[in-house]
Amino acid sequence: MDFDFSEDQVAIRETIRELVQDRVAPRAAEIDEKAEYPKDIERLFAENGILGIPFPEEYGGISGSSVTICMGIEEIAKACATSSLILAVQALGSYPILVAGSEEQKKRLCPPLASGEKVAAYALSETGSGSDAAAMKTRAKRHGNEYVLNGTKQFITGGSIAGTLVVFAQTDPEANHKGISAFVLERDTSPWQASKLEHKLGIRGSPTAQLVFEDVKVPAANRLGEEGEGFKLALAVLDRSRPGIGAQALGIAEGAFDYALNYARERKQFDQPITSFQGIQFMFADMATQIEAARHLVYMAATKVDTKAAGLTKTAAMAKLFASDMAMKVTTDCVQILGGYGYISDYPVERMMRDAKITQIYEGTNQIQRVVIARALLK
Amino acid sequence: MDFDLPPEHASFRDAVRELAQDVALPVAAEVDRDHRFPEEAVSAAAEAGLMGVVIPREYGGAGLDALAFTLCIDELAQACASTSVIIDVHTSVGSEPILLFGTDEQKRRWLPRLASGELLGAFALTEPAAGSDAASLQTSARRHGDGYVLNGTKVFITNIGRAGLYVVFARTGPEERAAGVSAFLVPAETPGVRIGQMFKKMGLNGSPTGELVLEDVVVPVANRLAAEGQGFTVAMRALDSGRIGISGQALGIGQAAVDEATALLRARSREQGDDFTLADMATRLESARLLAYNAAWLCTAGRPFTRSASIAKLHCTDTTMQVALDALQLAGEEGAVSGSRFERHVRDAKALQIYEGSNQVQRVVIARDLFR
Repeated sequence: MDFDFSEDQVAIRETIRELVQDRVAPRAAEIDEKAEYPKDIERLFAENGILGIPFPEEYGGISGSSVTICMGIEEIAKACATSSLILAVQALGSYPILVAGSEEQKKRLCPPLASGEKVAAYALSETGSGSDAAAMKTRAKRHGNEYVLNGTKQFITGGSIAGTLVVFAQTDPEANHKGISAFVLERDTSPWQASKLEHKLGIRGSPTAQLVFEDVKVPAANRLGEEGEGFKLALAVLDRSRPGIGAQALGIAEGAFDYALNYARERKQFDQPITSFQGIQFMFADMATQIEAARHLVYMAATKVDTKAAGLTKTAAMAKLFASDMAMKVTTDCVQILGGYGYISDYPVERMMRDAKITQIYEGTNQIQRVVIARALLK
Repeated sequence: MDFDLPPEHASFRDAVRELAQDVALPVAAEVDRDHRFPEEAVSAAAEAGLMGVVIPREYGGAGLDALAFTLCIDELAQACASTSVIIDVHTSVGSEPILLFGTDEQKRRWLPRLASGELLGAFALTEPAAGSDAASLQTSARRHGDGYVLNGTKVFITNIGRAGLYVVFARTGPEERAAGVSAFLVPAETPGVRIGQMFKKMGLNGSPTGELVLEDVVVPVANRLAAEGQGFTVAMRALDSGRIGISGQALGIGQAAVDEATALLRARSREQGDDFTLADMATRLESARLLAYNAAWLCTAGRPFTRSASIAKLHCTDTTMQVALDALQLAGEEGAVSGSRFERHVRDAKALQIYEGSNQVQRVVIARDLFR
């Protein structure tokens, strides 16, 4: 049993921490206020190998370990949830290729992502199919050596800026979820339109796009796995990406907690620092406890991804559920601890609370997580 | 990182599970109903070497670590929470102080008898006017010739009347509060040691709890544990370990509740609300489990573990209280009937939020560590 990161992981964490402190943290407030995609931070991550973390060395990356990916997401999210998504979505977009891609596809598609030359995105949801993902309507019709895609995807993180987009589409509408296939679209050869960018409660610097596919051609060589295997692939991807969202939630909560702790030490009322009041002490003790519990669950889930252990689906769902519910509660409590200052945007905790909300919703709402967990328990 | 139980730990846990399910589970309801000591379960545990899990082999114990101990108490609690607390207290706060602070002579004299189960251990810190504020204790230990004379009353003592040896905390003074406290090993048959009131409780009904009255109890210097004035350090270190054990007990009660609720739901038609309740119960219990294992791992590695032990105790016990309540809710009327496991788990779980440092004290400990 071992609860420590390896030496290599600690070294990577130090690198990320320094970068985050110097270059990401100072930009976080502005990114949120302007709701602008931080291209500078994307380039910074690319140049420093961070976007290579999701990929094994043989495909141009530096790791491929889920524990390391989660560690990276956690560290960045402490300062800026939007920036943490750059790594999280690079991982999310890479999983379909790494899980179901042929050797040829991996060798062709991974290196530009690992180097950060291109960013990835993942298009599953539609206006009529969120939790009920299998009810999607985007259609891919085979014509000779290519497929023609028609349809719309909704709420796609990074869909407007990605160079490599994984899209799930119906190749056989009669077969329901067994008729869904997965494709990799490369923007230069299979361009798509981003018809709308959403204005959001949080993660405001992350571009959330509606994507439109009008007779978009994709070479058959870019289909991942066989026709009809797309839905199974989507579920396998979620098992791997959910710990990452847990890690993001964990980081957001830790960032808020650290800020509130420093504030409480300094803030005096009734002639004493507010940390001398038991009501405040108890809030911090409860937050620290919940954060600690979430951390172990997230890294246990990530470890199961790496070791291909049994029970991954249930554990990944538990980690995402617990960490995101925890982050919502912790960030809300941190706003409370800062009082009036917690409510104004001069201070970062209100942003962290707004950022936390999405972690209870995407990659499977927390209601879906409960469905998944219950199914695993009751089968 | 590695979250798997090492193979030897997994086999040890399986062995304890078999004993717990075979011997303790069948009597659990009766033990609870009749408020009787689970003789057969404790004897079986003693025969299986489970009364000295963390005591080194050279003193007749199993020589295992904190993680093994947590697993042991967890498995026992899944069957019978009363049995688990009797053995937990005997080991973590009743025996470990001697292991950690005793002289070679004291260890040789007492540990083998505790490890074999010949003697049951107990821990006497709390007084009627000194619970959370343990450092305000008033039981006195006046220097007298070659030893001390102890006078005072201890309350809420687990294993009262059954223990052969009590670890007693008394004021040698003259310093106030913690600095004036010393620790003593007091054999039960010492003249002047008397069992006072026995308490009927809400739960853990098979675990005897009562008053320990000390009237001019003569204790030789050889029975003082560590130096004068070090007693509070002994108590606090014992409680750090104790908190890991209680975390294990909480996990056991919680796991029993989850397992029984799962079986209940499988056997009936379900609505999504019930499924969601079960999912939340299992998720929270899993989050608590890792905290307990982490505290045990840190303790064994000799790393600072006070905060982690408090975090584990707080979260495991609060989680299990909620899990037990949720399970009872799922069981509905059937669960609320006297004699049902569901209502017993609720009554048993409540104690864990209170003893070995109430969950308010745990929050104080955690906050103090956060703010230093």
